[in-house]
Amino acid sequence: MIKVALIGLGKMGISHLSIINAHPGVDLVAVCDPVGLLVEGITKHTGIASYTDYKQLLAKEPLDAVFVATPSKFHGEIVKAALDKGLHVFCEKPFCLDLAEGEALAKQAEDAGLVNQIGYHYRFVGAFQEVKRLVDAGAIGEVHHVRAEAYGPVVLRPKGSTWRSKRQEGGGCLYDYASHGIDLLNFIVGAPSSVGGTVLNRLFSADVDDEVYSTLHYPNGMSGQVAANWSDESFRKMSMKIIIWGKAGRIQADRQEVQIYLRDPAKAKALGLNLGWNVKYTTELTEEVWFYLRGEEYSAQIDHFVKAIETGGQTVSPFRSGVATDAVAAMMIADAAGAPQPSRQAAAPARPGGLSSILPWGKKA
Amino acid sequence: MEKVIFGDNQFFGVNHMSEEKARSQAMRFQDTAEIIKVIDVAYEEGIRAFMCTTHDRIAEVCDHVRAHPEKYPDFEFYPCMPYAHKYANAVTEYGMVDALRRFLPEGNAAGAMLKGGMAIATGDVKAVAELLIDAEMKMFAGCKTPVIFLQNVITDLLLGIGYKEAFRIFHDHVKAKYNAEPGFITMNMPMLLDVLDELGIKNPIVCANINKIGFRTSGGLEVYEEAIRTRPFQPIAMSILASGALAPREAIEYVAGLKNVDAVVFGASSRGNIRQTKQLLDELL
Repeated sequence: MIKVALIGLGKMGISHLSIINAHPGVDLVAVCDPVGLLVEGITKHTGIASYTDYKQLLAKEPLDAVFVATPSKFHGEIVKAALDKGLHVFCEKPFCLDLAEGEALAKQAEDAGLVNQIGYHYRFVGAFQEVKRLVDAGAIGEVHHVRAEAYGPVVLRPKGSTWRSKRQEGGGCLYDYASHGIDLLNFIVGAPSSVGGTVLNRLFSADVDDEVYSTLHYPNGMSGQVAANWSDESFRKMSMKIIIWGKAGRIQADRQEVQIYLRDPAKAKALGLNLGWNVKYTTELTEEVWFYLRGEEYSAQIDHFVKAIETGGQTVSPFRSGVATDAVAAMMIADAAGAPQPSRQAAAPARPGGLSSILPWGKKA
Repeated sequence: MEKVIFGDNQFFGVNHMSEEKARSQAMRFQDTAEIIKVIDVAYEEGIRAFMCTTHDRIAEVCDHVRAHPEKYPDFEFYPCMPYAHKYANAVTEYGMVDALRRFLPEGNAAGAMLKGGMAIATGDVKAVAELLIDAEMKMFAGCKTPVIFLQNVITDLLLGIGYKEAFRIFHDHVKAKYNAEPGFITMNMPMLLDVLDELGIKNPIVCANINKIGFRTSGGLEVYEEAIRTRPFQPIAMSILASGALAPREAIEYVAGLKNVDAVVFGASSRGNIRQTKQLLDELL
């Protein structure tokens, strides 16, 4: 049994608490949150030890790993303390608001051979894993454009007083919603080298963005777009969609289904798919989990972390990739703030001539 | 408990197969009159129980049923509480404690005290939970609610955390105050049965995914089949079509072939599908 602690009992923390505690290979020995009442309640009703100070928890409890689900601004400090103690660490997203700090933590974890993972759970959704598999297998040929869209009903009126409404603490649609889209695209096609035309706009929030739009430029000339809006009441809950265009087809996916259009008969045959349209549903793409709460991916990511500790393996969502996602978010913030973008200005006129004309954009970073 | 129960996912844009389908259903049913038309079809086809989330729109259905007692003499609601997204979105917006305060009822002394933070401050979970249950049940006043369910997100959250007494609180309050049978919806049926057993809750009503391909049967289909065969409880099969992955007859033959499964909840939007499913259930279950 792996001994673990969970630090942070907000919305994600409570969900993790349930899933971690239900894992047969894990002994959840302690939880920590500054809301004393909450942790005392958990101790009273479940027997799990509770702390209001993570330093005390780390000092007193013999552990193998910690889960960090605090507001983002505390990630760096707590992850550092856990790594210093030689613990494996699962940290919620976004990883670190300070890129240099995230980079240092990724290096520290790697150098020490500690298992490290960021909670980008969409990497564990069967439909998106299928997209990656198909793109890697060359199903749609050379990819030239990618798109990620995330919409949902989080902030629908000018109110709100949690850390999610504070820019300095890692709040806002960029960190909350768009980061998932950025991370999924990074997962599937790699990270962009620069961004342009970024809009970070407020609708109802006083301090943070409620909608995010940005164009991504890749080193190989490929382009992409991210659109996110957490003030869209027409969605019942967060909806994430990605579309990948290749010269030999197109793949569109959300949590429920993958729609694939293939143009290359040889590729289609090799992959056991039809020429033209194919649809795959979540029922065939999703592996059963030992415990289900809200979606298989939340359980799958935790099981993945536990298995990586047991086998000494790497994770598919390591700190390193979390830093890469944070870096794209940071580029978007700089871009939206009007940071110098000389090559973008130069390339702003119409771009005749197909892919090659996009290359200057991709080189600017 | 009724054998054939009509569900409500289709009315609220819940579709586990396609977001596009979910959206088109949400459009069709944005007027509650459209929901009532489909409920009427189900009633005409002989279905008497409507299992529904405590969504704001259901309050309008309740108003309609209350206003037309002659039309719905045997109509029964099986409420499922809470509508979790309502709480989850509020927690994101207000934080945990303030979100909880917002959902506690106004205008009664205990509620006012709670809003002031008394029960929250003293950690009186039972008092808070009972008030929340009462707030969710308010819309059903004057309607028949013989079975009241705890929604799966909450059941499974509590199950994972290991806060077992919460099930006892729900169970006792539903029985005592509403003279109803408590039911539990779960995606983790075998694990829940262990806990209910430990709490001494006998022969519980448990609604879980039961389908031929084992879609969302945590731990696997065999574990589910074993539990259905050997454990004393009243299962209600949901997701029998596995979100459309199975054809109706094949799906229902499978469920009917499981000894001890005597009740099914299903959702449909057209008379054709409602009639076909009801007839198959009457024939096979």
